[in-house]
Amino acid sequence: MGGTICLVISIFPDLFLGSLMLAERSCVYNILINLMESREQELKGLGADFVFGFVQSVDGERDPRNLLLAFQVARNIINKGYDLGKFVEELFEVTSCYFPIDFSPPPNDPHGITHEELVLCLRAVLSGTPRFSEFLLPLIIEKLDSDVQSAKVDSLQTLAACGQTYSHKELAEFLPGLWSSIRREVFQTASERVESAGLSALGTITSCLSRSVLDSDEEDALQVFLNLVLKDCQHHLCEPDLKLVWPSAKLLQAANGASYRASLIVTSAVIPALLEQYNNRTECAQRRTLLEVIQGFVLPTPLSRPAEGEESVLVPFQQSLGSVVFSALVESSTGLQVTATRVLAALGQQPGLFTPPDVEKAVDHLTRLSLEEEDSQLSLAVVECSGSLAHLHPKAFISRMIPRLKEEIFSDPATVSDGLSQSNGAVRQRCVMALASVSSQASVVTESAPVLLQVVASAHAGSCGFSVEEVISVCISLEKIAQHTPDTEEIGQFFHDIIIPRLFGLALKAVLQSHSSPLTDEAVLSAIVPVISTACAGLKAELASHMAAQAVRLFLNGDVSFLPENDFPSQIQLLQSHAESRGPSQLVCLLMACVCSFPRNVDIPEIDRLLVQLEELSCTCPHVFAYTFAAKCFAGLVNKRPAGKALDAVLERVLKRISVEFENVSSTQRTQAFTLLLWVAKALLLRYHPLSTVLTDKLFASLSDPELGSKVADGFRVLMSDSPDVLNRNCHADVRIMYRQRFFAENSTKLVQGFNSAEQEKKSCYLKALSHIVNNLPRQVQLAELPALLPLLLEALSCPDQGVQLSTLSCLQPVLLEPPAALNNQLEALFTRLLALTTSPAMNVKIASLRCVHALSHLPEHMVLPFRARVLKALALPLDDIKRLVRKEAVSARGEWFLLGSPGGR
Amino acid sequence: SSGTRLENANPLIFQRSGERLVTATDEDEDKTKIIWNRTLIPRVHLIRSINDPEHPLSLEELNVVEQMRVIVNDQESTVSVEFTPTIPHCSMATLIGLSIKVKLLRSLPDRFKIDVHITPGTHASEDAVNKQLADKERVAAALENSQLLEVVNQCLSSRVM
Repeated sequence: MGGTICLVISIFPDLFLGSLMLAERSCVYNILINLMESREQELKGLGADFVFGFVQSVDGERDPRNLLLAFQVARNIINKGYDLGKFVEELFEVTSCYFPIDFSPPPNDPHGITHEELVLCLRAVLSGTPRFSEFLLPLIIEKLDSDVQSAKVDSLQTLAACGQTYSHKELAEFLPGLWSSIRREVFQTASERVESAGLSALGTITSCLSRSVLDSDEEDALQVFLNLVLKDCQHHLCEPDLKLVWPSAKLLQAANGASYRASLIVTSAVIPALLEQYNNRTECAQRRTLLEVIQGFVLPTPLSRPAEGEESVLVPFQQSLGSVVFSALVESSTGLQVTATRVLAALGQQPGLFTPPDVEKAVDHLTRLSLEEEDSQLSLAVVECSGSLAHLHPKAFISRMIPRLKEEIFSDPATVSDGLSQSNGAVRQRCVMALASVSSQASVVTESAPVLLQVVASAHAGSCGFSVEEVISVCISLEKIAQHTPDTEEIGQFFHDIIIPRLFGLALKAVLQSHSSPLTDEAVLSAIVPVISTACAGLKAELASHMAAQAVRLFLNGDVSFLPENDFPSQIQLLQSHAESRGPSQLVCLLMACVCSFPRNVDIPEIDRLLVQLEELSCTCPHVFAYTFAAKCFAGLVNKRPAGKALDAVLERVLKRISVEFENVSSTQRTQAFTLLLWVAKALLLRYHPLSTVLTDKLFASLSDPELGSKVADGFRVLMSDSPDVLNRNCHADVRIMYRQRFFAENSTKLVQGFNSAEQEKKSCYLKALSHIVNNLPRQVQLAELPALLPLLLEALSCPDQGVQLSTLSCLQPVLLEPPAALNNQLEALFTRLLALTTSPAMNVKIASLRCVHALSHLPEHMVLPFRARVLKALALPLDDIKRLVRKEAVSARGEWFLLGSPGGR
Repeated sequence: SSGTRLENANPLIFQRSGERLVTATDEDEDKTKIIWNRTLIPRVHLIRSINDPEHPLSLEELNVVEQMRVIVNDQESTVSVEFTPTIPHCSMATLIGLSIKVKLLRSLPDRFKIDVHITPGTHASEDAVNKQLADKERVAAALENSQLLEVVNQCLSSRVM
């Protein structure tokens, strides 16, 4: 029992004398921390003496490692209720003397202590107890006067932390001082960090005051404080042209969002004044500012949201807000309309603010804007607003917006004159987008998706003059709707029952009939793929199995029974290679979209027969589109197939086939074999299958192939990047984490060796492959590998192939922002090559190289200053380039280089 | 910073015009030179983002520079910029003018002759300032002064957020 106390009492005096070395002091702090864990009661028995001993021992501590420990002891003392006795001020003094923390770790610091860590530890001590308040608050007010930005931010954040633990009692005396400091900082600052710290400090003070219990004979502290804030800020809101309108609005909004009670007080003062201002002003710019300010007050924060049984603070202004918003929606200024649309969305999301007639009015406005407005920003705002309102009020959209949009989409373009037909296309485009945006509820989808399907059907039938682009944008909208299938089972059911069969049916008709339909266009088919794949990926297990069985029966047996309008010929052979390019074999892309997207536990019936036919089609079909999708489909299925004998047999067969075709140099089907090889390699690489190295080694070996070398090099991009339609995580493919790093680690030496031993004219293929691989690696790995690869990348910069140059530049640029030490010795070579590329004939190369030169200006001054004159001279040329985008990059790069090494620059 | 009083603490602010949109012609490699100005295309984009020496605002937001007061003639290689100080007694006018001039010198090809002056009738000592800005040697001498160069460079640095 006495042992602990003896120990503690005996170590304090030594510490006090400061006679211990750093490591021993650290040891003592650790002893204290451990004792506080295990012998709390005994230490508390020491009473205030323990605190006094600690205070004396910390005094004068300078080492950041020990300070972290000391702060931890202090925090324990405060949080675990040790008796501070009369030593409150002493404990505060001995810790607050470090506030605000000014510490920057030495370069190559082995201890890894950060400024941030110290700041947070000290803040936890200082703001840990209300008993420090009488000392801390004046200190904060004093430090806010500092010129050092980080001191201001730290003070404001500490104040915000105090707001969590303090009550009105502690704050009361200092409120006017704190407010005027916060206001001054927010009004004057140029820094967003100071501003946001100031705003959150005001927010926590306000919510702290909101928590205080009202006393019948005292004034309401919250009301008093907010009156102060309103008095200083509100009049600035009446000057929408002047600078201070925004800081004032932000301060009021921060107070408004702090609690329900605060927002009652603030909105009741501010909203009527703002609405009055809005009605008195006539200039659109001023009205827009006012409405933007209103927007910031309209949406409640999590803290100020009304509780059960309370109504929105805006209810009293419901009518006047509504009329301002509706009138702004018909103004001529787009900016004002955009803001009004956003306010409308915010109001519409809150229960009780819109009556049903208001909702209908809003929907009518949105419909009108969707049809009439050309401005892209406004269209976007309208789409977003429609989306959020339709989720809450689907009926109004079904009855009022969708019929109107449908009518517009199918209005006959022949009645519109030629000059208008283009703008008519734009209207259709907006209607199609609007249909997608409102369709998040099953009830809306069952109305909107059929309209979109009807467009596809009419395009196939050749009526209403829908262009290929329009059909594609319809598909994009259907895809957006399909993204809701995982959330809502009814939507999945609807896609399963209606939309997917209909799309299959239309596409099948299109490829079977003799006259050409836009649906046989490869771009259209590629756009239908994501619709089906997104929907299938989100189907529940039962529907998914059913869908899989239907699709497989259609493609293997020609079973068309699930398709609507059953008027197809009886002998359909979809997976046969055909001579004509727009033939049934094209539809293999839809098969892929379907069977490769289901969750992995969904069984694909007759998978072996399917794989055989896919392999056959991908090896023999003469058309790029069909054989590529057949290869992708094959790969997608192989990727998900569980390991085992069945899979081994499939792989053995396909590898043999590929080898035979690929190694026969006179074969006409080498490209097909290569495509299949590439996709199967990717499928296996993603799941770490042991055979994947056999396939990728084949790819590496083919880089020197005289005929296919360049294609193989580009294949490495397919291998390393995410493909959008198959073998990605969205369609539940088996993708192991960090497969790229692993691939790179295993193969980079092969590539470098291959490059070194290749003949001169074949080297560019290796460089291209390398740049594709490195480009897709995560940044951290790039940085780690750069030293080894730098000579090769520099080589790639002087390779005449523009694709290689571009890809290398885009992989260098991010690396240059955090350059590794290995770069130091290569700077001369790097500058020479980069500056040469700034006058390349290709615009993109010029732009990318200028960006790299720009990035280099951020390197440590002593490294790059020697190049300054040379860079400035070289960059004078692109300043007069014929392309504006090049000039723009040149101007910003040259500006930065001028600042380098110049006073006031960097 | 808190102690010093600003000459104009609550200035009028104007909307920024936003980045110029990238058009198809911009991205098209084949289009040959689009001359800087077909006739007189304003080039305010080069200077609009210069910072005001006093406020955390750009010259464009304070309406010190405007599209219509920037005149470029590509064939004759001349640029003329008129700027409007926020208040007639603004002590920063020369500095603002100098910043604009330096920014243009750094951003335009050598062939351009650059003229920067105050919008007529908007500043008390308009003539004196214009004369200073037009005098090549005085501009060069000003930029030799490291304190002055420091302030100019700060105006030209991208804003720290």
